[in-house]
Amino acid sequence: MKLIDEDDKSRNVPEYGVSEISASIKSLIEGEFSRVRVRGEIGRVFTARSGHLYYDIKDEKSVLAAVTFKGQVSGLAIVPEEGLEVTATGKVTSFGSQSKYQLIVDDLKVAGIGALMAMLEKRKETLQKEGFFNEENKKRIPYIPNLIGVITSPQGAVLSDILHRLRDRFPRNVVVWPVTVQGEKCAVEVSKAIRGFNAIPVSKRGYRPDVLIIARGGGSIEDLWGFNEEVVVKEVANSSIPIISAIGHETDTTLIDYAADIRAPTPSAAAEIVVPVRVNLLAELRSLEARLINVIAKVHEVKAERLTYLFRFLNRPEELLASPSDKLQSISLRMPKALNYAIQAKRLNSESIMAGLRSNLLKNVMTIAQNLFDDHFQSIRRLIGSQVKLKRSTFDGIGVRLSNQKLKKNLESAEEKLEALNKKLSFLTNIELQEKSKRLQYKSQLLNNLSYRTTLERGYSVVWIDEKIISSKFNIKKEKDMVIEFKDGKYLL
Amino acid sequence: MTEILVSEMSFEEAMSELEEVIGQLERGNVPLEDSIKLYERGAELKKRCEKKLMDAEEKVQKITLDKDGNSTGAVTEIERK
Repeated sequence: MKLIDEDDKSRNVPEYGVSEISASIKSLIEGEFSRVRVRGEIGRVFTARSGHLYYDIKDEKSVLAAVTFKGQVSGLAIVPEEGLEVTATGKVTSFGSQSKYQLIVDDLKVAGIGALMAMLEKRKETLQKEGFFNEENKKRIPYIPNLIGVITSPQGAVLSDILHRLRDRFPRNVVVWPVTVQGEKCAVEVSKAIRGFNAIPVSKRGYRPDVLIIARGGGSIEDLWGFNEEVVVKEVANSSIPIISAIGHETDTTLIDYAADIRAPTPSAAAEIVVPVRVNLLAELRSLEARLINVIAKVHEVKAERLTYLFRFLNRPEELLASPSDKLQSISLRMPKALNYAIQAKRLNSESIMAGLRSNLLKNVMTIAQNLFDDHFQSIRRLIGSQVKLKRSTFDGIGVRLSNQKLKKNLESAEEKLEALNKKLSFLTNIELQEKSKRLQYKSQLLNNLSYRTTLERGYSVVWIDEKIISSKFNIKKEKDMVIEFKDGKYLL
Repeated sequence: MTEILVSEMSFEEAMSELEEVIGQLERGNVPLEDSIKLYERGAELKKRCEKKLMDAEEKVQKITLDKDGNSTGAVTEIERK
């Protein structure tokens, strides 16, 4: 075994220097793979500070290093994203200094619609997890916006559709931020527009829109792809001005639809969402106005009716007083009884008070009364005394005038007169008496003849019950005693 | 509740208060004096709503952008077709 390789003609293997062979390989590779299309899944992605984009393209067994230089990045249809199935186009180069090779990609596309949709789904999930689609962050669209900001292409039919629809419903001021709505520039420009509108200070009334519409007409998923880009989605979610997304047709859904505050199926629909129909509101206002006028008229009518009603009562006070009057009557009826109770209660009360007062008060009252009485008694006595004196002196005066002789004389003549009268009277009385007695005798004889007694003398009898004469058998009462009177007396049967 | 001046109210605010005022009147039991006050409030709110509805400008402007796609602060009127 030789340890030293010597220049030996017997061998036909040429000898290379390292740089030599590297250069050789480089030229071989770059010659053979100067333009290739590689399909694979994107692995890790790394953006260098220089702006170059480094990433892996892999399959189950192998990994291919790929790079897109700074100047080429904006030319890529898609930004490389881990897990994305792509077709990368470019040339393979080698780095002799590191014994490495890589694919310099100048065109990167999603490998088929299925892969694109899968990527979209994955991106959506990620953004959702990061909270960009949260319902609670959705802002309310003003009912009637003052200024509507529209982010769209100034050329397309989309803008004029929106403006027409606005005019039909509720004419509003509109400010347009022109953007490219397709291709690589789309996402960046739309993001700038959203940021730009939000940067207008709130104090600048009339310049800062109070609602934004991001609009684009229909197109393929690739045409609309700009509105699926993460940068736009995040910008939409972060906007402090509420946003209506209106991308494509009703069936097209982009990721900004999830981040927007409202998704409109079409640009025209966005115009319908952003303003109410003015004439409807006017009609509604008119009907409210009518209701207001009606109700106030009614309120006053009711009050007026009530006033009239009450006024009628005023004209007839007795009706107004009917119920109080009834009450008064019932109270008046209850009054005496109540009064009695009250008096009794008071009496009881006063008796208890009097009990306390009696001894002292009565004593005082008695003393006063006694004094009064004494005073009066004294004065009356004095008065009587003086009266008596006066009468007595009058009497004395009269007495002097009455003499005994005159009295005696008067008496004698009076006695004479009396005697004469007496005589006359007895004479007259006698005559009268005799005459009367004669007539009596005569009358009594007559009475005797006529009386039933003479009939009894002749043998008849009279039946008595209860001192009544019984003249019929029907008058006899068995239970009563019957008396029979004969000429010589009565017999009790 | 802090009173918002009717002249500062948005259309919806004025409209909803107007409905409330009418509702209050329609429910009845409002003293005469209050009913007059409510009516006056309602009339004022109605006027505010009306003003908001009548104010229907339709100017359309376009933001002027510089080469980087940022606003220059200027606007141009867009002619409506």
